[in-house]
Amino acid sequence: MTNPSDRVISDIAPGEFDTGVSSGRKVFGNVMTGLVFACVAIAILPLASIIFMVIANGLGRFSPAVFTELPPPPLVEGGGFRNAIVGTLLTCLIGALISVPFGVLTAVYNVEFGRGNKLSQFVHFCTNVLSGVPSIIAGLFAYGVVVLTLGTFSAIAGGVALAVLMAPIVIRTAEEGLKSIPRDVRQAAVGIGATNFQSVFSIILPAALPFIATGVTLALARAAGETAPLLFTALFNQYDAKGLREPIATLSVLIYNYAISPYKNQQELAWVAALIVVLLILAVSILARALTSRKVY
Amino acid sequence: MTTNPSTQPNARSSMLPESDVVIQTENVSIYYGSFQAVRNVFLDIPKNRVVAFIGPSGCGKSTLLRCYNRLNDLIPGARVEGKITYQGVDLYDPKVDPVEVRRRVGMVFQKANPFPKSIYENIAFGARVNGYKGDMDELVERSLRGSALWDEVKDKLKQSGLSLSGGQQQRLCIARAIAIEPEVILMDEPCSALDPISTLRVEDLIHELKQQFTIIIVTHNMQQASRVADYTAFFNAEAGDGGSRFGYLVEYDRTENIFNSPKQQSTQDYVSGRFG
Repeated sequence: MTNPSDRVISDIAPGEFDTGVSSGRKVFGNVMTGLVFACVAIAILPLASIIFMVIANGLGRFSPAVFTELPPPPLVEGGGFRNAIVGTLLTCLIGALISVPFGVLTAVYNVEFGRGNKLSQFVHFCTNVLSGVPSIIAGLFAYGVVVLTLGTFSAIAGGVALAVLMAPIVIRTAEEGLKSIPRDVRQAAVGIGATNFQSVFSIILPAALPFIATGVTLALARAAGETAPLLFTALFNQYDAKGLREPIATLSVLIYNYAISPYKNQQELAWVAALIVVLLILAVSILARALTSRKVY
Repeated sequence: MTTNPSTQPNARSSMLPESDVVIQTENVSIYYGSFQAVRNVFLDIPKNRVVAFIGPSGCGKSTLLRCYNRLNDLIPGARVEGKITYQGVDLYDPKVDPVEVRRRVGMVFQKANPFPKSIYENIAFGARVNGYKGDMDELVERSLRGSALWDEVKDKLKQSGLSLSGGQQQRLCIARAIAIEPEVILMDEPCSALDPISTLRVEDLIHELKQQFTIIIVTHNMQQASRVADYTAFFNAEAGDGGSRFGYLVEYDRTENIFNSPKQQSTQDYVSGRFG
């Protein structure tokens, strides 16, 4: 009876499989890996430093008062900016109410009904162009259409400007969501005698809902930080706006106004507002991720 | 366009004296754009029988099957020549609404494709879009019993249809198909993604379903065809004039004849495993 290990043959040189041994190939691999990590670090650096600066400068003044009080006049201490928080939420809400129905239905047309025909290709092209339009142009559009018509700066005008910016994001993500629904499911719906309308609105759209919700939250995150289109649509207001048809403060415009003001208290408030905007966008982005993870397909 | 001489003599199926014909396929050719996928098929489907379509991949079995409920309409460029009649009505008459056709001719797909909804809703949806006014709970139970799934899911009707196993999902899809009370059920390789035990359950189910329904099943599994089908149609593919391959019907007969005494050499070769 021979020992089985006697029958094992080997031509592996001592240390050949060891991790520590360096050949030119392995050194090159390690260097490149290091380079990749260095690039990642450089890419993250701006975000990290922004968050650091905003927290370092804003946290000191962060208190319940910023949510409940109005901005003080120059040279008066304390105060907050509840009007701007309400204004940002309100203009974003108006933007979403306009852009989401139009955006989702446009995506439904493009993916489910147009199916790559001339019109849907044209719409797709327009969406791409719209997403590249500078936000100040969206503001000009809302100024021309809403502000001049109503005769006043207003939350409605701000919402319209934001809707123009949100629409392409909503359309694109909703299109992606609809496209992700397997063809099998469409055929199943049609195969049991559902009309196109029934299959889209009862089966496909609900299945794509997590995607669409993600798109809407991403669009909201973008809109919440926009300043340029609000400068001459929503304008600004030192006090609470009493209705949708008068100028209203928003966080981003407040940051713009107060950051360049000479008064220390107002500069501090601008930092706190920046912190709140960043936190708001962070929260919305996390929400978007959570919604995406709930997708069915 | 020449018809293939080896196919025509047997392709005309006049051997169904004991049963009524529900679907007639008369000289049907199917095109995708300019590409001819299926050429000159004559085929009659008898009522309350199981007909199996067998043949190598790319011979047009599924393509033909999807014409019987006009599901090919969904594919841009698909076009049918010849005549397909269901109970004497030309399915490709411009007046015919494909949505109505699909209510009468149901379909079970190769890959189980339940809706991303609850088990209950998977069945109720089809009934509802077809205007079912009766007791929905009763219909759901009856359909699930019909597909031999009721005992496994009766306590979790609210759960997602996607939470079931592959075999259960396929039986859910069969339940969904029979819930709209069609007259014909088309099955496109319904067991190709299932394990042997789930396959057997589905085959048993097909045996029961043929009491009420006419079933056309596409399968790559010849044992399956011989187990479930009363009639078998053998399709083959051949290179055409331009070099592109088209499918055609080689032979259509009672299943035992196809497997034991086929008239065509290519059928004999295929069913005995000698391809070509």
